[in-house]
Amino acid sequence: MKTVVIGVIGADVHAVGNKIIDHVLSENGYNVVNVGVLSSQEDFINAAIETDANAILISSLYGHGEMDCKFFKEKCVEAGLEDVKLYVGGNIVVGKQDNAEVEEKFKEMGFDRVYMPGQKIEDALTHLKEDLG
Amino acid sequence: MKPYLLVDFGSTYTKLTAVDLDEEYVIGTSHAPTTVTTNVLDGYDQALKYLLTDHPEIENISGISACSSAAGGLKMAAIGLVEELTVEAAKRTCLGAGAIVEKVYSHHLTKREVRDLKESNIDIILLAGGTDGGNKECITFNAQMLKNIGIDVPIIIAGNKDANDEIEELFEGTNIEYYIVSNVMPKLKELNVKEAKEAIRHIFIEKIIDAKGIKKAEEKLDSIIMPTPEAVLTACELLSKGHEEEEGYGDLLVVDIGGATTDVHTIGEGFPKRTEVILKGLEEPFAKRTVEGDLGMRYSANALLSLVNNYEFKKYFEDDDACNHDIKKSLDRRHNHVDFIPKTKDEEEFDKAIAKICCDVSVSRHVGHVERVHTPLGDMYYQTGKDLTKVSYVIGTGGILINHKDAKKILKQTSKKSDKALELRPTNPSILIDRSYILSSMGLLSQKYPKTAIRLMKRYLL
Repeated sequence: MKTVVIGVIGADVHAVGNKIIDHVLSENGYNVVNVGVLSSQEDFINAAIETDANAILISSLYGHGEMDCKFFKEKCVEAGLEDVKLYVGGNIVVGKQDNAEVEEKFKEMGFDRVYMPGQKIEDALTHLKEDLG
Repeated sequence: MKPYLLVDFGSTYTKLTAVDLDEEYVIGTSHAPTTVTTNVLDGYDQALKYLLTDHPEIENISGISACSSAAGGLKMAAIGLVEELTVEAAKRTCLGAGAIVEKVYSHHLTKREVRDLKESNIDIILLAGGTDGGNKECITFNAQMLKNIGIDVPIIIAGNKDANDEIEELFEGTNIEYYIVSNVMPKLKELNVKEAKEAIRHIFIEKIIDAKGIKKAEEKLDSIIMPTPEAVLTACELLSKGHEEEEGYGDLLVVDIGGATTDVHTIGEGFPKRTEVILKGLEEPFAKRTVEGDLGMRYSANALLSLVNNYEFKKYFEDDDACNHDIKKSLDRRHNHVDFIPKTKDEEEFDKAIAKICCDVSVSRHVGHVERVHTPLGDMYYQTGKDLTKVSYVIGTGGILINHKDAKKILKQTSKKSDKALELRPTNPSILIDRSYILSSMGLLSQKYPKTAIRLMKRYLL
């Protein structure tokens, strides 16, 4: 069974989407480790180490995702998690910005998959299957 | 009369408490120096002689139970993966079992670390790492490292269950004594101390007391059933929860100030009391014990000035304290003469200030903290550790608190403070003192006579 760590990063308390992701991934056979809302980068990383996670899925809905995710990939590498897939999704930037540019920005920051508002959770399922096998 | 004898083999004194099970009162207590280097029974016999001289009415002792913290107590090493998670879970398990955590290691053990571990005088190793189904590479690697160095103390394996077969294969055919129990952190942030604690107690009874020369005592008394700190924690838990129709006291906090260390025990879930507070970090044990090795009345006294400066130290003196204390000199004096007994008012006042600091700092470290975060939805708070604001009783035990006339004043240091607003300290607790020094004995007694033990505690904690 593949293990994925999910949670909401930074000073963000949006819990509903987090619960939906937890539910859908669990239903589809993933071992979901949910660090919950108001989680720091270290919370995600520590959880991924102990549970030997294959992917980390970060949610952010309050617009500060870009700040909260800064140097996350670098910290993962530092912690020996360089092979763990990183996904991020939600309202991850301030205001309305071009989707393609946002995706580009987060991919440069080291994320493997980037999801914009309105995207279906099923897409993430397809991607997880592709990325983790 | 149905006398029952409770024995505590301490590092300095062997203490005896006789209780009457029929009338439910403490008949008497006595103590004599612990004689662990020669024959531990000499000290016991001496203490018993004192007791019987003072209380000739004691006849036909119906049973004896003992606990021990002699010969350095129970020393353990805690090994895990991530510091805030399985390492912390392993540490809490050791502390809850009444051990002193001498060594702590995280991630992959290095050759230098295992050498250091082998040379240390620890009694048991607790090896954790990974949630069930999680990381198993690290714990297996660490087991291999322990095997390579030829470790000769018992190892309790309490990590990712997926690694157990592999570790067992590694250890099979070697002289390594190992015990496999359930994971101390089976799921992320979930703490599971029960089985590992039982294993620690089992090894303590079977091996450790023998190695420390205390086993001889079993010739004369039934058995030594637990390390002393565990007995205290057991007593607190019983007093908190109650037994059958004997109602418990609810959440409580116990401070035990000794010569070298200060122990804090709390009983209670400690969950957040407000909705805008979010709990962070590893689950807290219901019965939690922390030990501060740098806070004590004598041996550790000289360490105090590295925790509080001269100016802060003076704040702990009473307002009407007219004495002119030389702080550094007085602390060194106590450190160098651990059997120092205050004789003048000046010396007594100084001891009181030390006790206040031990109390204040140890509680600061034990209780949970909140941290404010500004979110677009308004202010929220993170809580790490236990919320102890609703604790109903604070109990003091250990030499200074038992004997000092101002013990309650010292224990006031545990309560809410305006300059430590983010600490979740008790707001308005009732303060009790263990004047007859019975807490550890009652932990022992509770194993067979829980109802008597709780009734005695209610009667003798004043």
